[in-house]
Amino acid sequence: MEILVCVKRVPDTAENEIEVKSDGTDIERDDLVYSVNEWDNYAVEEAIQIRDKIGGSVTVVTVGDEESEEVVRREMAMGADKGVLLSDEAFDGSDGKGLATILKAEIEKGNYDLVLTGAMADDGAAQVGGMLAAMLDWPYASVVNTIEVLDDKKIKVGREIEGGNQEMNEIDLPCVLSIQTGINEPRYVGIRGIRKVAAIEIPVHGAADLGISSESVGRGGAKVKRVDYFVPDLGEGAEILEGSMDEITEKLIELLKAKGGIK
Amino acid sequence: MAQQLFAYIGHKNGIADDPALELITAAKKIYADAAITAIITGSGADLAAVGNELASSYAEVWKVENEACAYPNGEVIRSLLVNILPPDAIILFAHDTFGMDLAPGLSIKLDSAFVSDAVDIKGVDGTTLTVIRQEYSGMASTHVHADISNGAVITCRPGSFQPDESKSANGQIVDKSAAAGDLSAKRRFLEVVEAEAGDVDITKSDVLVSVGRGVEDQENIEIAEELADAIGAVVSCSRPIVDAKWLEKARQVGTSGKTVKPKVYIALGISGSFQHMGGLKGSPFIVAVNKNPKAPIFQLADVGVVQDLLEFVPALTEKIKEG
Ligand SMILES: Cc1cc2nc3c(=O)[nH]c(=O)nc-3n(C[C@H](O)[C@H](O)[C@H](O)COP(=O)(O)OP(=O)(O)OC[C@H]3O[C@@H](n4cnc5c(N)ncnc54)[C@H](O)[C@@H]3O)c2cc1C
Repeated sequence: MEILVCVKRVPDTAENEIEVKSDGTDIERDDLVYSVNEWDNYAVEEAIQIRDKIGGSVTVVTVGDEESEEVVRREMAMGADKGVLLSDEAFDGSDGKGLATILKAEIEKGNYDLVLTGAMADDGAAQVGGMLAAMLDWPYASVVNTIEVLDDKKIKVGREIEGGNQEMNEIDLPCVLSIQTGINEPRYVGIRGIRKVAAIEIPVHGAADLGISSESVGRGGAKVKRVDYFVPDLGEGAEILEGSMDEITEKLIELLKAKGGIK
Repeated sequence: MAQQLFAYIGHKNGIADDPALELITAAKKIYADAAITAIITGSGADLAAVGNELASSYAEVWKVENEACAYPNGEVIRSLLVNILPPDAIILFAHDTFGMDLAPGLSIKLDSAFVSDAVDIKGVDGTTLTVIRQEYSGMASTHVHADISNGAVITCRPGSFQPDESKSANGQIVDKSAAAGDLSAKRRFLEVVEAEAGDVDITKSDVLVSVGRGVEDQENIEIAEELADAIGAVVSCSRPIVDAKWLEKARQVGTSGKTVKPKVYIALGISGSFQHMGGLKGSPFIVAVNKNPKAPIFQLADVGVVQDLLEFVPALTEKIKEG
């Protein structure tokens, strides 16, 4: 099976305090630690496991700047066979549809049976996979937490829906799936693994290579634009307990007792 | 003339999902005086019951009745909506696993703007709709402008819009089944497999000590267990803890886990994502321990402690044991 996995380089929210710049144009990007979007790691692991079981290849693709190359390389160190970086100034400011347009052009250059994305990324939109499928006229399933290959025409997928229940579907190939965390245990990538793929040339495809007109992507092509970042005024929020460790624990115990939190 | 507003309403066992009344409020934030049309799909007595329920709140209820819609398969319902919606329609969905499944692709098929996971709507100026969303797990908010000249598909975060309880619509039910078109799809629904019950029922406990990714290591789960033992609580957790297989799925709080209604909820190293907090009902007293003072959970908690939980929690447990 020929599998393509779409990945994204994102600020690691578990490692960083995200702060909005005072002029609201962006978040503070100095000193941010970046990594592969959490969901995408599960998607790449799943693709590798399918390939190892039934054969085929895994290609990892990302839309981004030169720095995004590092996440492609990392996923290749995990075991992906090929990597591609889709990069062009014309892509800057693309909305979800713009990104799907760029990815679609790359997909049409290949011969893929299965395209995977993460269920969501740092902007929380969870949109590119579904858009891509609709553009390709392929079926789509989101928040997938099991995949079973039935034959070369169809697969069985579980979608993790509300309450942790699982919705089982049969879906025709080729298709697009968005992958939920927990579907597998993504393998660890050490320095050694990264070193092994350090010298591999990762091709870069721009708008011209992909035959994309610049009006359909980028800021100009976007129907949806982020105008600013801001910190919402959500009222008071929590009462923050201050003082020495002793004082804080004492105060908290008092509160917990009053609220029935200590039996 | 303003564009026509629609809200797709999911339902189970003949009862509309909670966002049914929230989407009215969201739609009124787009056009204050617009008549809003609910769309429901399904079959049999359940569908009829939901139609009657919604008619008191929506000016019109469009229903598509067909065995093929007995289970809401996003692929089937997407193509049906393309067939029944007028051009330049604005349609709202709940941002749940059904909305996430169907809405992005629908916007492509309708060639309209897509805005995902709206937490507030600021209204329309010309053909520009302003929506508020969040990024980075709620750590930054953004204003988004959407060009709605050719319509829009918008998913709204459950719980973010006040339900409109006015029930003053006395709406018409309109049968659109004949317009639905071909309901076959390349994705076929098979069955729903219910989540496993697990060893503990966290929904039965009045006090939960809940651990998140901030616990850093499997062996540190003990820290939460010791606190729980000391206060007579049960240990629950956020999703990454289950993904890592440190605790069983039955202990997960959130939209894809359990819905709990404790009296007291102690969140240790949990950032406060809406998928996690969505599982927390009945306004418990929330205590958050998090080393990041900007963690979104501090907006939602009653009491916060800005500390490393690995140091703070053992100290707290010690003190409680001392009595
Ligand atoms: C469809 C869907 C459904 C989902 N369903 C659920 C669900 O049901 N339940 C759920 O929980 N999530 C769910 N999620 C995932 C959700 O989006 C978040 O990714 C998740 O809730 C984050 O868990 P967390 O708060 O433990 O981790 P993080 O967001 O990584 O937060 C960890 C926190 O710990 C703090 N921290 C780190 N170290 C320490 C320390 N030493 N001491 C104190 N604090 C520390 C950090 O400051 C941070 O705030 C779902 C996602 C999707 C897409």
